[in-house]
Amino acid sequence: MSQPEGASRGRALAAAAPLGGWRAVFNRWLILPAAAIGALVIGAVIIAAMGANPLTGYHALISGAFGGSYQLASTAVKAVPLLLVGVGICISFRANVLNIGGEGQLVMGGLASAATALVLPNLPGFVLIPLVLLAGAAGGAIWGAIPGAFKAYRGVNEVLSTIMLNLVAVQLMNYLLAGPMIDRTESFAVVGRIPQTRLLSPNSWLPIIVPGTQLHLGVVIAVLVAVAAWVLLRQTGFGFRIRAVGLSTDAASYAGMAVKRTTMLALTLSGAMCGLAGTMLVFGSISHRMVTDGSLTGFTGSDGYYGIVVALFAGLSPLWTILSAFLFGGLLVGGVSMGIALNVPYSSDLVTTIVGLIVCFVVALDAVRRRSGLPAGAAGPASVRELLTRGWLRRDDARATAVAQAASGQGAAEQPVPGQASPEPAAAADQAGEAQP
Amino acid sequence: MSHFFTAAVLSATIASGIALGAPLLLAALGETVGQRSGVLNLGVDGIMLLAAFGAYLVALRTGSIGWGVLVALAIGVVMGLITAFINVTIGAEQGISGIGIYIAALGLSGLLFERYVGTPTPITNSRGPFVAVHIPLLDRIPYLGTMLFKQNILVYAALLLVPALTYVLHHTTYGMNVHAAGENPAAADSLGVSVTRVRYTAVIFGSTMAGLAGASLLILDGIFQENLTQGAGFIAVALVYFGGWRPAGVALGALLYGLTGSVILTWKTLGIIPLSLSDLAATAPAVIVVLALLFLVGRYRQPAALGKPYRRQ
Amino acid sequence: MNISFTRTRWLAAGAAVLILAAGCGSSSATPTAASSHAPPVLKVALITPSATNDLAFSQAMYAALQSLQAKDDLKISVQDNMFVVSDAANAMQEFASQGYNLIIANGSQYGSTVQQLAAKYPKVSFAWGTAGSTYGLKNVFAYQAAANEGGYVQGYMAGLLSKKKVIGVIGPINVGDAQLYTGGFKAGALAADQHATVHLSFTGSFSDVSLMASAAKSYVSEGADVLTGSSQSVVGAIGVAKSDNVAWFGTQWDQSSLAPADVVSSQAYNWVPVLSQIFTAIRAGKLGGATYTITLKNGGEKIEFNPGYQLPASVKAAGESVAGKIESGAITPPQ
Repeated sequence: MSQPEGASRGRALAAAAPLGGWRAVFNRWLILPAAAIGALVIGAVIIAAMGANPLTGYHALISGAFGGSYQLASTAVKAVPLLLVGVGICISFRANVLNIGGEGQLVMGGLASAATALVLPNLPGFVLIPLVLLAGAAGGAIWGAIPGAFKAYRGVNEVLSTIMLNLVAVQLMNYLLAGPMIDRTESFAVVGRIPQTRLLSPNSWLPIIVPGTQLHLGVVIAVLVAVAAWVLLRQTGFGFRIRAVGLSTDAASYAGMAVKRTTMLALTLSGAMCGLAGTMLVFGSISHRMVTDGSLTGFTGSDGYYGIVVALFAGLSPLWTILSAFLFGGLLVGGVSMGIALNVPYSSDLVTTIVGLIVCFVVALDAVRRRSGLPAGAAGPASVRELLTRGWLRRDDARATAVAQAASGQGAAEQPVPGQASPEPAAAADQAGEAQP
Repeated sequence: MSHFFTAAVLSATIASGIALGAPLLLAALGETVGQRSGVLNLGVDGIMLLAAFGAYLVALRTGSIGWGVLVALAIGVVMGLITAFINVTIGAEQGISGIGIYIAALGLSGLLFERYVGTPTPITNSRGPFVAVHIPLLDRIPYLGTMLFKQNILVYAALLLVPALTYVLHHTTYGMNVHAAGENPAAADSLGVSVTRVRYTAVIFGSTMAGLAGASLLILDGIFQENLTQGAGFIAVALVYFGGWRPAGVALGALLYGLTGSVILTWKTLGIIPLSLSDLAATAPAVIVVLALLFLVGRYRQPAALGKPYRRQ
Repeated sequence: MNISFTRTRWLAAGAAVLILAAGCGSSSATPTAASSHAPPVLKVALITPSATNDLAFSQAMYAALQSLQAKDDLKISVQDNMFVVSDAANAMQEFASQGYNLIIANGSQYGSTVQQLAAKYPKVSFAWGTAGSTYGLKNVFAYQAAANEGGYVQGYMAGLLSKKKVIGVIGPINVGDAQLYTGGFKAGALAADQHATVHLSFTGSFSDVSLMASAAKSYVSEGADVLTGSSQSVVGAIGVAKSDNVAWFGTQWDQSSLAPADVVSSQAYNWVPVLSQIFTAIRAGKLGGATYTITLKNGGEKIEFNPGYQLPASVKAAGESVAGKIESGAITPPQ
């Protein structure tokens, strides 16, 4: 990303700030903290209504997440799958492919990697660990490639197929863990077998890098993957094609790009990231087994959904996803501590509610801030708001847009500007076309 | 297998498939209208959960399921207002706000359940329109009567909503306005259509239907538990894509999903599917819905402005 | 990095809020951690996958713990709905580091977490169930229920009770406690009447109430007049039994309150004797290494008859006779 762009944007901001000093300051700097505080205040009211002390709870939340090296390590470990899923979401959403299938891809990654470790337990760690990671990525990649191919070659909407494949994955997991992959080494004569693999070979465990904590090698791998994804999206032809396809499939295909293949590869790669995240859940866990309670969430902890939130908060930048995942991981890890400190029987619901409120408040007030800080039509910052739509524009995507525009010959009319809803000839044409589907 | 192909078992299976599909259909039809106006609501599952809990609490306390359904509708309206305020007025990112609403509602419904009910108790639903409404004469048709004409009133409501919505969306001014708001809000605005008002009504309608879907699920189960829906709201969202944003297509998807589920269940309970394959068989509804779309001919484009907040210049 | 303004700002702001909140919290919070060696008060943490009022597995353990609170001088901390295993692991870790004396991991899926944490915290006692293995660790107790025994007794009564000779059995996944109970029930029903049709199926989920209810409906439409099921999701099926007036046999907890006119009996778990033994052992300095099994014989499992159900005396007598034979070893229900 080039310096002049940043500078010009700064000028645009300054020129476009008709607001009074305090209001501008509030909008720029204080509205997001206000959002978080607003959510926490509502949460505090709920906690108080339930007869517990909100300050005790929040103190436990913060200290449980960031209060010491052990807590920081736990937060980092919780952030690993969030980060990997988030990076996968960055890739697919940039290609304008809505991957809601993170949950299923996590499970398939976990299954493929666990199966590998079960089959080849005696390989030395330096061979087995990379192999297990690759297998996990492959498992997730397959679960991404299927909806990817369906979308690219048969026009099946990926929102439908990824949600449905989640439902398939959970039952596959239940079948495999209660059947072919079940632990047959322990004798559970009286209680019956548990739907879990046996203790996986210690050679396959992700090594702990800070003794006395849970901080394992996966943290390093996840950060490296995030950096690699950033490079891929920013510096390579493939990344360029992903962004171009995400902006406009029509324009990209006029420009001679293999739109279908790019779409499919984006979802495959996204699935691979989620599969890697599933691998981390198995081999970076305290238990070093894969176990099911019959539900997706029981294995994933909803990371497949939380990862979407994490990536969108980071503006779909793999690098910012690192920080975003860490903060979100802290919220989840601290939430468990908060539940323990409050010692009320419904603490897990309380934590879930507060997490949801924080997401709602932050996303709503982020939109307010962005809108009041920038007049409509200004060359605004890339916004999460244009996501989930066909073609959101980011300033650093200018090159891709230029190519797309040049190729399509549609010029500025095709250019979706955040906050500006210009009459769109393309949409009108589509509208006409929809009359005879 | 022969046991399955007795007319009695078959018609009972189909009847139960329609009943299973009804909550999905209600929620998906509501989401269809919202999406056609350009608003993606991923919070359907959460709204269903809150509404189901509200209906449950009221039905438990008053003994009247009718009041429970009304409360579910009211919760749907309120959640619709909140959703529309966040997505339309504020213009928040709809993918995140929907997940936020889902997570908050998931937690809140569980929290309220633990706080105000605690011990699960089934609601009493032994007679009345929420058990079965027999359509005079038609219910006497052999087998078909059991399949179609002895359902509870919400199942009929869901089925009747399909032609009603088709008419409203395609043949009324309001339907045209919804379409315009979802395809080209700026153009709609320039023609004097209030995009905000259209989207508000569409989102509130969608959320109200999600509330009704929650009540319908509650009546089907007779009891509330945490995360009662088990992701049914997300399946409903997927079915909107399956149906190509048309009520008839959505209905086809919901019935296909419900029927497949009910056939698999019957096969499991009859022992036609061996226990060892029980989990694999449970994937059938999802697999069949994807395969159906894979080999269906017609393909539909999503509303052009779906997910895009609109702000007048 | 032009976009970074937006993101840095909110991320930084978020961090600032967290730090702020930490400051606020720390100024008012009172430290509660107290580590003592020979504890007059026993600090016990219960981690359980479903709600403590699930009328099933979790409630059985929670109620036992509650009933011993005063007598055994316990400080109880509960984390319920911990169905995400990694969250449960974090909670256990936290309890262990806070100096809790006993951590009850009330779910077989927590076993491997217990295995790893117990080795790391040798001074903390862990109790894990339902499970039959302590992994050879000196600070792990295991507890289990011979669910097949009560299942067999109730199945036997079901076989006698059913007029249509069609019986429906529903489980979550064919493993563990559910496998034992449903298997025992089926065997018992067939022992009572070898010509009865006993349908056995699994929904694939421990928590999906709708699936359980649908399966129950499916059984009823196939003519079943006696139903049973295992897991916390049975409440849906009991609702069906209630509305269709079909007999229901419960397990893990006395489920009569759910359908006072239709629940025949329930195999109720009573963990009080097991917990008492564990507390006594811990106070004596023994932190684990034993496995406890509740059975009909030792009173940990009890068939609770519902007084509201008009059970023919002959059926009840037959059930009690079978229970006696299991206690004496004359009948061994299949595992």
